[in-house]
Amino acid sequence: MSDIERLPYEVVVIGAGGSGLRAAIEARLAGKRTAVISKSLFGKAHTVMAEGGCAAAMGNMNPNDNWMVHFRDTMRGGKFLNNHRMAELHAKEAPDRVYELEAWGALFDRTKDGKISQRNFGGHEYPRLAHVGDRTGLEMIRTLQQKVVALQQEDAVAHGDPEAMIKVYAETTITRLIKDGEGRIAGAFGYIRETGQFVLFQAPTVILATGGIGKTFKVSSNSWEYTGDGHALALLAGAKLINMEFVQFHPTHMVWPISVRGLLVTESVRGDGGVLRNSEGRRYMFDYVPDVFRSQYAETEEEADRWYSDPDHNRRPPELLPRDEVARANNAEVKAGRGSPHGGVFLDIASRLPAEEILKRLPSMYHQFKELADVDITKEPMEVGPAQHYVMGGVEVDPDTGESAVPGLFAAGEVSGGMHGSNRLGGNSLSDLLVFGRRAGIGAAEYVDRLGPKLPVPDEGEVEAAQAEALAPLQRTGGENPYSVHAEVQETMSNLVGIIRTEAEINQAMAELEQLRERAATASAAGGSAYNPGWHLALDLRNIMLMAQCVAAAALARQESRGGHTRDDYPGMRPEWRKIILACALDGDKIAITRQPNPPMRADLVALFDPAELKRYLTEEEMATVPAVPIRSASAVHEETH
Amino acid sequence: MAYNAALRVWRGDHGQGELAPYTVEVNEGEVVLDVLHRLQATQAGDLAIRWNCKAGKCGSCSMEINGRPRLACMTRMSTFAEDEVLTITPLRTFPVIRDLVTDVSFNYEKARQIPSFTPDPSVGLGEFRMQQVDVQRSQEFRKCIECYLCQNVCHVIRDHPENERPFAGPRFLMRIAELAMHPADIADRRDIAQDDFGLGYCNITKCCTEVCPEHIKITDNALIPMKERVADRKYDPLVWLGSKISRRPRAEGTPPVPGKRA
Repeated sequence: MSDIERLPYEVVVIGAGGSGLRAAIEARLAGKRTAVISKSLFGKAHTVMAEGGCAAAMGNMNPNDNWMVHFRDTMRGGKFLNNHRMAELHAKEAPDRVYELEAWGALFDRTKDGKISQRNFGGHEYPRLAHVGDRTGLEMIRTLQQKVVALQQEDAVAHGDPEAMIKVYAETTITRLIKDGEGRIAGAFGYIRETGQFVLFQAPTVILATGGIGKTFKVSSNSWEYTGDGHALALLAGAKLINMEFVQFHPTHMVWPISVRGLLVTESVRGDGGVLRNSEGRRYMFDYVPDVFRSQYAETEEEADRWYSDPDHNRRPPELLPRDEVARANNAEVKAGRGSPHGGVFLDIASRLPAEEILKRLPSMYHQFKELADVDITKEPMEVGPAQHYVMGGVEVDPDTGESAVPGLFAAGEVSGGMHGSNRLGGNSLSDLLVFGRRAGIGAAEYVDRLGPKLPVPDEGEVEAAQAEALAPLQRTGGENPYSVHAEVQETMSNLVGIIRTEAEINQAMAELEQLRERAATASAAGGSAYNPGWHLALDLRNIMLMAQCVAAAALARQESRGGHTRDDYPGMRPEWRKIILACALDGDKIAITRQPNPPMRADLVALFDPAELKRYLTEEEMATVPAVPIRSASAVHEETH
Repeated sequence: MAYNAALRVWRGDHGQGELAPYTVEVNEGEVVLDVLHRLQATQAGDLAIRWNCKAGKCGSCSMEINGRPRLACMTRMSTFAEDEVLTITPLRTFPVIRDLVTDVSFNYEKARQIPSFTPDPSVGLGEFRMQQVDVQRSQEFRKCIECYLCQNVCHVIRDHPENERPFAGPRFLMRIAELAMHPADIADRRDIAQDDFGLGYCNITKCCTEVCPEHIKITDNALIPMKERVADRKYDPLVWLGSKISRRPRAEGTPPVPGKRA
């Protein structure tokens, strides 16, 4: 197999978005020879599309904020299904990760006293999102990209080669993880888009940082790369995926023109005062506050409007409920016949802020509506609707190190599961990328140290099989058109396993997916191996199919509604289901779903909640173990931490 | 509503190729990238296009549409007449890899030569204090999505490949300006802007500003102010005198340029 280029590394990071770059920087800082594999050009990853901000309890806007308040908000947002240890680490470490970006050159918007400004967002008790207008993700990716370059400049001086210690392989796709005879990670096999050249990265550790699965759905805010590559690679290597039934449908995306359906409209519009109205002009979110959140949200428009200037004495507007609640409400209004002309609802910022303020705070949104829909958002309301935005499910990892059940395989960011429970709060993604990207980088470096000089040797049989699999669509003739199969999978998932689900529809989806998977396996691509998108899609289809089947199978199994999983036939949360995590694994080539216990929350974390609130989520037996301690007030907590 | 558009799309690799004619359906509200995707899905499965977010945020789908450098995802079909033939070609300044995809590695090489952000090492984590009015100038430049349309259109390299060594192009001269105006950066970047990155080659024709999809005022807000800073230093009488009696000394705090000089 002389036509495979072999590249030895200590740490291979698959994915060059926020978590991948943060992980790679940390591995390089730990002295490990690191490769970063990017499906796109360097600096183009999906992280650039994050708009609103990065949640971190720095307390710059309200000194009552701290990690405990952030932890509580995150658990509430995820309906208490979150891995509590991940939520804890995330809330504690996010501020330092944001400050680090600043020290690497990021320019966040500022407060009057020169600190990093923070904005309101759904589900966050205090203004908490560090941001740059509505292009925070771009700032993050550029800062991390420039930090990688800064490290390469140091390495050029120290080693005479900028790529001696950290190298980015742009437009390179990994199709298989390769193990050794003992089942440990030994490398990653893939191809370089430009030439079609096959490569084998020989390394004892792989960090998956590949993001999500959005391209499984028809209407999604995700970029083309989001084909569930890391999820599928982990599954095929023997790791487990958890929480795959939980898919976030973000409530506000453009609905018109059709070609931009699914383009994100940032939650910052609501954080900065925007309100949702139906065709009757009614501000309907007041009708959709669920019981678990009743005490925290305003009941009248007057109180809600007062909150923007006096948050300490008024409750929050219901437009700032967690995303799952708002998405279901928007969906319900349209179904009830009170939608906008193009099948959405109205999001109004024009009547709420002066035009110049809108231009300053939401420049990308102004630009996007003006250029793509001829709508001036400073003068008229936007038409918006829900679209697939994020997957809460992912590789099951150790919270502290990001290591999966496969030795040497790590995961961070959207491809990992647990942190966000059943629903992610806005702003908690960018912070997740930084906190767990760094931790996975450290985890991988320590694994390499423990391994010593005897490195795992790639199983040549696996390498050969990977090459044959990758070549197959090019060698086949007259097979299925990969573009057509992809469009049908997306149609099936959006129609049958979307925002509202039923047993009958999921069963229908699973039958369709079974057939589509057979067709996908026979997809063929005309042309050669150099920069051939048809071939690339034919290979990505395997991953897209696996993800569709995981989501459908887990959605069928969970007989309740929670966060990003709504079952019309099982409405409402069931406390006994909170104790259960659904895991997907491969059994032969079939997806197998198993139930496993959700680890109970540590006593010191339980004590951060009012028992009256916990009662809405926990079973009676669990409540019997909760000490009847009064809630620790935010201000008392503030005293302790400062 | 829907109509069929006539397209001529450049197909080929490594300099060999031709404009291929296609007829593709167009629906209301679509952008050029939608039409290219339909072409790819129905007629030309191996048509190479580089794209990512389809939202004007990543800067991947840069190409030339009727000779004009644009993002395909932000160019609406309604801006053309229905009977107009659309000619779609790759960026002209960079070597073609295949079809509409070009080799933009030149830009990554330039990025790696620019001395990185240099903060005062005594400022601890979380201790930076900057005013909004001060960060705003560099923030404008950090809106850049690195689509390289400015690099592609700039005649200094578009028409003169021999300038690719001494000239960094608008995007990276703007990066130098961004760091020079960054409130927490302490390096003096005036000498290197002129001597190592070719700021003097820019004769402010503003082509870069005109094609910028982020509407960044590259010439007015980055390049001209940077030229003024350079001129201030160059015509400082003491510096002028020094340059007459010995090799011109560089300003204190001038950083080394990676790969160029220590």
